[in-house]
Amino acid sequence: MSTYTPPLKEMEFVLRELAQIDEIAKLPGYEDSTLDTAMAIIEEAGKFASNVLEPLNRTGDTQGSQWQEGYKVKTPDGFKEAYKEFREAGWTGMSIDAEHGGQGISVAVNTLVEEIWRSANHAFSLCPLLTVGAIHALELKGSPEMQAKYLPKMVAGEWTGTMNLTEPQAGSDLALVRSRAEPQGDGTYKIFGTKIFITYGEQDYTDNIIHLVLARTPTAPEGVKGISLFVVPKFLINEDGTLGARNDVNAVSIEHKLGIHASPTCVMQYGDHGGAIGYVVGEENRGLEYMFIMMNAARFAVGIEGVGLSERAYQRAVAYARDRVQSRDVGEKGGASVPIIRHPDIRRMLMSMRAQTEAMRALAVVTGAAMDHMKRNPDEQVRQHSRAFVDLMIPLVKGWSTDTAQNVTYDGVQVHGGMGYIEEAGAAQHYRDARITTIYEGTTGIQANDLIGRKIGREGGRTALAVIAEMEKFDAKLAKATTPDLVAIRAQFASAVKALKETTEWAIANFNGDIRGVFAGAVPFLKMWGITASGWQMARAALIAQQRLDAGEGDATFYTSKIATTRFFADHFLAQASTLKHVITAGSAGTLEMAEEAF
Amino acid sequence: MKILVPVKRVVDYNVKVRIKPDGSGVDIANVKMSMNPFDEIAVEEAIRLREKGIATEVVAVSCGIAACQETLRNALALGADRAILVETDAELQPLAVAKLLKALVDKEAPRLVILGKQAIDDDANQTGQMLAGLLGWAQATSASKVEIAAADAAEMTVKREIDGGLETMQVKLPAIITTDLRLNEPRYATLPNIMKAKKKPLDTVKPDALGVDVTPRLATLKVAEPAKRRGGGKVADVQELVAKLRNEAKVI
Repeated sequence: MSTYTPPLKEMEFVLRELAQIDEIAKLPGYEDSTLDTAMAIIEEAGKFASNVLEPLNRTGDTQGSQWQEGYKVKTPDGFKEAYKEFREAGWTGMSIDAEHGGQGISVAVNTLVEEIWRSANHAFSLCPLLTVGAIHALELKGSPEMQAKYLPKMVAGEWTGTMNLTEPQAGSDLALVRSRAEPQGDGTYKIFGTKIFITYGEQDYTDNIIHLVLARTPTAPEGVKGISLFVVPKFLINEDGTLGARNDVNAVSIEHKLGIHASPTCVMQYGDHGGAIGYVVGEENRGLEYMFIMMNAARFAVGIEGVGLSERAYQRAVAYARDRVQSRDVGEKGGASVPIIRHPDIRRMLMSMRAQTEAMRALAVVTGAAMDHMKRNPDEQVRQHSRAFVDLMIPLVKGWSTDTAQNVTYDGVQVHGGMGYIEEAGAAQHYRDARITTIYEGTTGIQANDLIGRKIGREGGRTALAVIAEMEKFDAKLAKATTPDLVAIRAQFASAVKALKETTEWAIANFNGDIRGVFAGAVPFLKMWGITASGWQMARAALIAQQRLDAGEGDATFYTSKIATTRFFADHFLAQASTLKHVITAGSAGTLEMAEEAF
Repeated sequence: MKILVPVKRVVDYNVKVRIKPDGSGVDIANVKMSMNPFDEIAVEEAIRLREKGIATEVVAVSCGIAACQETLRNALALGADRAILVETDAELQPLAVAKLLKALVDKEAPRLVILGKQAIDDDANQTGQMLAGLLGWAQATSASKVEIAAADAAEMTVKREIDGGLETMQVKLPAIITTDLRLNEPRYATLPNIMKAKKKPLDTVKPDALGVDVTPRLATLKVAEPAKRRGGGKVADVQELVAKLRNEAKVI
């Protein structure tokens, strides 16, 4: 049986060396984000996750949340109590600014704590995640009265929040939103419509739920410029802050899903009994614009789901591979059967899982650190530079990491052999739970289009080429390394960066002339960027590890392992970049040629 | 009343320890260290007594290297009010720790000291008893329940886990308690308390300043791993079994 243990040494290394947490702790407002405080937080989060959240993960999967008469939802046994403990321990307000009652922890540190929640119990972690999203929306655009009314309770986790965007006809294309908001003349609106896929739209944790809802006013223009954002509380709030009348919003059913069974995915019906009372957030018709401001944070959060699930799947696979005895060592005649971790192909899978997980984590934490600088660095130029970097990295953290998590959790099943297909072993749950991450908050295709279109094509590749130039600068440094592992890593990194540059230049050059051809290669292009950008972070890590080994400092086992995982990543993944270049630049013919009728 | 809670930094209970190749001890380089679990129970009990209004202040103490500060921060995050580190790089044995604690008790004047009954590294189960001896105080070891009626109570009731049952005793204060596993279930530190812990006072003193000689009185000759279990075997008949029991196992 495998139990979750947060990879503390790895987390400390990533924070210290890659995110340069000491620099973040110098930023105004992040004084508490020092390495020792960060590690104290991460350790305690790890303890809570291992002892309280993880034991419920399988119960959550087998029982699932249940819809009950009276538009109620019953979460799996133990979830309600765990939520109470989670809230009372103060985790809900971790990333929220101190002025709104949170702890104001930096994104870099928060990234690792979020990873821990995802590893221990993905479905549980979604409720606080969505609440934080709703809090951000209110922090950003809510009026002072609105903030005073909702934020303290939400930050304390006494009320949860939801995001109501999707409708049956409006998925990736929110311009098609049809829900209506009719002004009542007193500043309030009545909301009518159906929202689907609403995570924790109903639950039995708290006595109120604050829904954020996209809808159109009667005078709104067509399309994306006519959508407004509303707050619709499940229970209206009286002047004195107590709960008032039940609002006209109900979870009319919950979905039956492939994974994350404990997370109630609700169909929300607004206004079936006269209209749900709502309050506009910010200005009318700017709802989608507000959503876009929050999109980076939301997509980033889903990217971390990829890291967390991968880490968990890896730990489970290692535990099984050490325990399961089967067959003799290859090349040995006679002798006893050995634990399967000795077999080269099992090692390949475990290394692949671990190397990719470390690569994802490095990319996420480095991006999180850039988000901290983007928000708090006193130097305007650094802020702008960080913003451009973050914008470029978000589709990678979301799109590439969640896509990679599919491979990692797939291998997690495969290492288990037949037992992997059996639910009791636990590997299958990670595989199923991970599947949603490439879909919600923008599919991989949407992320790839965002990368190649908005983030690169539209600005003529300015940021992308600047980031590639930084990779080249690092490559010049890496080129001086002389150990066989670093030489091998450098060879693959240099050729990946070269392929990435040529392919990016090709995409920029063809963006206007052959736009369908360019977009046909968007997902492989995303993959190429993901591999190279995270390979860059891995190579940075390996170089630092080598320097520490040379200096005889620190934990030699950790540093030699870091070089080994980077070597693996270089030869197995960075090496794919040149092939991907062909796929992207030559593959569109095959994708687009065949007649539509022939499908 | 003031409560003193000594906490020890030990190898985390999840770690599989390894012996140093030269047999001089357990290899703790680059190993995760945590608060001794029995001491967590002691901290929890002290905080509960403060929450009930019995205790006025909880002071956490640790003796050892500078890194013991982390362990003390942990105690502060759980709710201790302040902390004292007796800092030394010397090897500390139970008697030395008991003497250091006695010096601190003389200075701090607590009416209760709650310790873990033993630390999970050396498993000595001595410090609490030695401290009681040095102070001439009453002691209640392996406590599984502590009842103190009021802040100025002259006595307390302690249930102890003993072989074959529970012993209830009336103990005069000031006193020493050592905790057993069943005394309580330690809480998780809350995030706001982890942040606050950084700002709580943590004083450092040296053994010399306390006038204590910490020179070890015991010498470790050798540390070895337990012998590996050997596989079993079949015996052909009773004669062979008896022969093996007599000659190999030497039990008959």
